[in-house]
Amino acid sequence: MIPTTALRVLRAPRIPRATATLWISVVVLLMFVIAAAGAPLLAPYSPDAVDFAAINAGPSPAHWLGTDNLGRDLLSRTMWGGRTALIGPLAVVIGSTVVGMLLGLAAGWRGGWVDSVLARLFDVLFAFPSLLIAIMAVALFGKGLVAPVIAMCIAYAPYVARLTRALVQAERTRPYVSAYRVQGFGGPWIALHRVMPNITPVVGAQSALNFGYVLAELAGLSFLGLGVQPPTPDWGAMINEAQAGIVSGAFLPAIVPAVAVVLAVVAVNIVGEEMSDRIGGEVPA
Amino acid sequence: MASADTVTARTLPAVGGGRASAFLRRLAGKLGSLLLTLWLVTLLVFFSRFLVPGDPVRFLLRGRRPNPDAVAAVTAEYGLNLPPWQQYANWVVGMLHGDFGRSLQYRQPVATVIADRMPTTLMLVLISAVLIVVLGLAAGILAAVRRGKPADRITLIALTVLSAIPSFVGSIVLIAIFAVGLGWFPTFGSGQGLFDMAYHLTLPALALTIVFVVVVGKVTRSAMIEQYGREHVEVARSRGLSRGAVVRRHVFRNALRPIVTVGGPLIAGLLVATSIVESAFGISGIGNLLVQSVDRLDFPVVQAIVLLVVTAFLLVNAVIDILEPLIDPRSAAGASAR
Repeated sequence: MIPTTALRVLRAPRIPRATATLWISVVVLLMFVIAAAGAPLLAPYSPDAVDFAAINAGPSPAHWLGTDNLGRDLLSRTMWGGRTALIGPLAVVIGSTVVGMLLGLAAGWRGGWVDSVLARLFDVLFAFPSLLIAIMAVALFGKGLVAPVIAMCIAYAPYVARLTRALVQAERTRPYVSAYRVQGFGGPWIALHRVMPNITPVVGAQSALNFGYVLAELAGLSFLGLGVQPPTPDWGAMINEAQAGIVSGAFLPAIVPAVAVVLAVVAVNIVGEEMSDRIGGEVPA
Repeated sequence: MASADTVTARTLPAVGGGRASAFLRRLAGKLGSLLLTLWLVTLLVFFSRFLVPGDPVRFLLRGRRPNPDAVAAVTAEYGLNLPPWQQYANWVVGMLHGDFGRSLQYRQPVATVIADRMPTTLMLVLISAVLIVVLGLAAGILAAVRRGKPADRITLIALTVLSAIPSFVGSIVLIAIFAVGLGWFPTFGSGQGLFDMAYHLTLPALALTIVFVVVVGKVTRSAMIEQYGREHVEVARSRGLSRGAVVRRHVFRNALRPIVTVGGPLIAGLLVATSIVESAFGISGIGNLLVQSVDRLDFPVVQAIVLLVVTAFLLVNAVIDILEPLIDPRSAAGASAR
């Protein structure tokens, strides 16, 4: 433990001062998380509660962000919708990081034929855009969020794996690895227990940058009617339902979830980029 | 080291032929790699169906009445009673002859169904590709030339905001403002004839452009800024070349390779993103067909479109790989563009 800790302290970068943009993004992000997690307690209405007196209504004291074509409260639905919108990308980021790191570790540590086979596999997977893999998963296993999330873990894993492989190859030649070898520790043990912890922060930060993309793609899938199904509140599905109303001038039911998507993605991207900048820019190409 | 002279002497007379054969060898290698990847892709696309547990006949006939006639027809059409590898062989041989199977929803050959919708999607992708290249390069060059100045900061902020606007949000905002609000463009459909079609496809193409223009803009900026830090640019400047000439001949030209290698593969994402934009604007193209086919459980069409998109990606990548020495002769030597 001592060598790695010492190295990390030595390599710790000077932490730049946080900017106002960063703090605003953090606050926005926290608001989304609190609103989504606390939706059952905080939302003023049930997401399915219908108010026939207020159909396609504008903002009012009763409905702060207005209502949709069935008179459902948009604020409540957007808060509830944040749950599927945020959990999906979280699952994909975690899943793709775990799978990608293990594959990248195998490729970078073992090298040889393992590396060649995995490189070819990644080449094949890179050819499939993530949204296409997700759509194909729906075609095979039916609509919903589970199949696309698993599919996207597979779609994003190669990017994580490529980065991990490069980092592991650089790490493998460091003196501390040889030191463990001399002490008689096995290769896999060193890789998993000593090399992994060293590269996890960099890989994790880079992988977290995918969160925004995945959020947009999963919302897009629900917008296409292939992901979360109405009447379950979800940002993409809400925009899908509101689409017909746009032509007749009812913009609010589509704009509210759309703004939620954009705000969430901007906030996540700013926080993510700041995080990966701080953790260290030594990302090999 | 001692034999360096003799090596040079031996290779010098054959420089022309050597270079040509090196190019051919490179070409053969790239093509072999392309074919191998394509083959693996077909395996993946074909055998993905076998991941679904249960009877393949029931899978292909989901949502339709499984009367004995339909079961017999599907079994015969796909040779479902044959061993899997033979089904695969028949499928690949069929595709090589232009036979992609029959669509279950249209009761027409898949090739016909796709070919009918191809011109619209190609037009859409073409318009937005032009927009992406022109706007992305313009934004990137502007930011790089004025790096560190307000124009650079504003461009960067604009790109960051744009990067967070997914194409479906872009679509509904464009429809709300320019089609419904101002009434400048139609809200729906793809129009008749070339000009009407381009007019109908303007807003969809813009919606499609948003995310991709950010990628091109950011790569252009960072690739050019990297070149600005190099000695050869200092030298060019100290020789008294005009700013425009420095940018054109020394900065942009050297930055072109990363721009092309990052920008080219975007084509696959662009093709998939058409599914969202075409759905939003009610355009009958490949993307809309893909979504519809998933929705109506028309698996043969889904399979064919997936294969089409992936093949397009691999071909574009291969062409860029092969043409790279023309863009940047340094890459022909196998050296990195440093």
